[in-house]
Amino acid sequence: MTEEHLPQEQGPEDHPPKEQGTAASDKISDAPWLDKDTVPFIRIESLTKRFDGNPVVDNVSLDIYEGELFAILGASGCGKTTLLRMLAGFETPTSGRILIDGVDMTHIPPYDRPVNMMFQSYAVFPHMTVEKNIAYGLKKERVPKVEIERRVEEMLDLVQLRDFKSRKPGQLSGGQRQRVALARSLIKKPKVLLLDEPLAALDKKLREQTQFELMNLQDQLGITFIVVTHDQEEAMTLSTRIAVMNEGEFIQTGTPHQIYEFPVNRFVADFFGTINLFQGKVGSLQQDHMLIEGGKLDTALKAPLTKEIKQQDQVWVAVRPEKISISKEPEKDPRVTVLKGTVWDIGYYGNLSVYRVKTEAGDMVQVSAPNQKRLAERAIDWDEEVYISWDLSSSIVLTE
Amino acid sequence: MSMAFKIRPDFADRVWRSFVISLPYVWLVVFFLIPFLFVFKISFSDPVIGQPPFTPLFDWSKDSFSAFLGTLDNYRFLTEDNLYWISYLKSAKIAAISTLFCLLIGYPMAYGIARSEPTTRNLLLLLVILPFWTSFLLRVYAWMGMLSSYGTINSLLIWIGLIDQPLKLLYTDFAVYLGIVYTYLPFMILPLYANLEKLDLSLHEAAADLGARPFQVLRDITIPMSMPGIIAGSLLVFIPALGEFVIPSLLGGTDSLMIGRTLYNEFFQNRDWPLASAVATVLLFILVVPMMIFQKYQMNDSDGVEQ
Repeated sequence: MTEEHLPQEQGPEDHPPKEQGTAASDKISDAPWLDKDTVPFIRIESLTKRFDGNPVVDNVSLDIYEGELFAILGASGCGKTTLLRMLAGFETPTSGRILIDGVDMTHIPPYDRPVNMMFQSYAVFPHMTVEKNIAYGLKKERVPKVEIERRVEEMLDLVQLRDFKSRKPGQLSGGQRQRVALARSLIKKPKVLLLDEPLAALDKKLREQTQFELMNLQDQLGITFIVVTHDQEEAMTLSTRIAVMNEGEFIQTGTPHQIYEFPVNRFVADFFGTINLFQGKVGSLQQDHMLIEGGKLDTALKAPLTKEIKQQDQVWVAVRPEKISISKEPEKDPRVTVLKGTVWDIGYYGNLSVYRVKTEAGDMVQVSAPNQKRLAERAIDWDEEVYISWDLSSSIVLTE
Repeated sequence: MSMAFKIRPDFADRVWRSFVISLPYVWLVVFFLIPFLFVFKISFSDPVIGQPPFTPLFDWSKDSFSAFLGTLDNYRFLTEDNLYWISYLKSAKIAAISTLFCLLIGYPMAYGIARSEPTTRNLLLLLVILPFWTSFLLRVYAWMGMLSSYGTINSLLIWIGLIDQPLKLLYTDFAVYLGIVYTYLPFMILPLYANLEKLDLSLHEAAADLGARPFQVLRDITIPMSMPGIIAGSLLVFIPALGEFVIPSLLGGTDSLMIGRTLYNEFFQNRDWPLASAVATVLLFILVVPMMIFQKYQMNDSDGVEQ
């Protein structure tokens, strides 16, 4: 629990995404999904939803534990929103079950579920003041007036909208409207809060701020959050675990760290950040590593041994740009893969530089290197001959 | 060169814009304000037998000043004779109740149309507008045929065996209500549809998500949000219904004295133009009041909801 309360001024661009990912996954000291005795809070059991016979969500199963901030990540049309809407009760599953806190919710209407949702469009009621918007859920529960007032005040403080309570949504900015929507969905103290693209409509600065606010809120209230997003960076920084979804199915479920460092296939590897892919065949197997040859490769790539992979298997080697180092002299370490190439392009980001290097074999490889020293001139310039190298442990071997 | 090119389209643009903006005003002045001023002027005259059938307002024969000959007698008479008040009240009552019925019938219809599939939606809208393709008068006559003692409805009821004697349907207030609701229903449905169709469904879902049952969603979200449509539709029904002349004359009994009919009688049977003008002027002011309420509502509405 050391890194979680980062000062808010520090935006994510100060860190490469990788580090934030690990920070978020370390948030919960114990990982309930690893403990076999922990009963999952939300169980999704082989859930399927078909529209006109086409499966939009296809036989999906998932366990989410209490207090998690779980992200469902996928491109638009992958079925993530439909899945969320089934959790909220707006869509009836074609088959399968949803259990929340041990109770079958599959056919319970939305107004009877212990679940609240924050809509992508926020869906704040335009004809009600901020105060009335926030109070709405409690009014439907017939909570006494005094109690409602007290809790609305609490919420107004929580989302810092005290001064705006008698305004109507039309007089608020996008960020304020979002906070109204958030307060409105939190006031009933739901067991689960569903968030549909919570940050998509905000500009960059506000998005970063809100991201941390959401994480703090979730930590304070202990409510289980399920976030649907198409933004991998958002998913990585926010969540304890991520499920990557494509064409109605889960491709990989795991912590941000697992998904970034150990993607199961090219789709996941490519979806998360940038990655360099080299196609080849498994050549000779050495004592502690194997060599990947062929394709466009003229130098064999070194990769860690894996049990399932045999010689002559068709594979892809994936390497993250920040795992590759760039220099004018070749590395001598035997565990390192070295490729020779020419600097094609340099992108200067201030804190880091991104090099696009064309290897002798013709592959375009992206390398990112932190700018650790203040230099008047670049150490490595356009069109220079360079060596790029990475440790064999950085090679991810993918079979599909 | 370039300067000249820049100024000209701009100038033409401004001329075009002021022309477009002035069109509705010109329309209003020529077809509403000027005729109304004529009526207003006549309402201060005395009736005479002749051409025109009212006294002039100013006596231009005097050399220096023209003498004002106007009188408020007509307005005074309106307050003295019960007939007019009864007509006004009866008209207001019939118009109000008809508007309410139009709303009760039209709202679910508009909602249903707005929520239907886009392909069926167009068909349903077409069906709403379809009656306009036949003459209004013809449709009222058709109702006379249906409602008369040996008309379709009575024959059917007798045939079923529900009644022995034909019911008196035609020439009753019931027939007037029926005629007005039937005729003006599309005017209620169309603005309501236009409003409900734009309604964001996620607002309904948000309300349901927060614990609102379907009828609560309707009460808390749908109806308040469609208020502009409800008001627009109600005015579109109420205003013409208030001054309706054809329907009460054809379907109503002799006692169904709506103001439109009274007005007609004064103009064409009594040939008392000044009194008729006074009746018309008062009617107009009765109509202006709900219009102003509507305006005020819209003004309140626009600061706050959406930008």
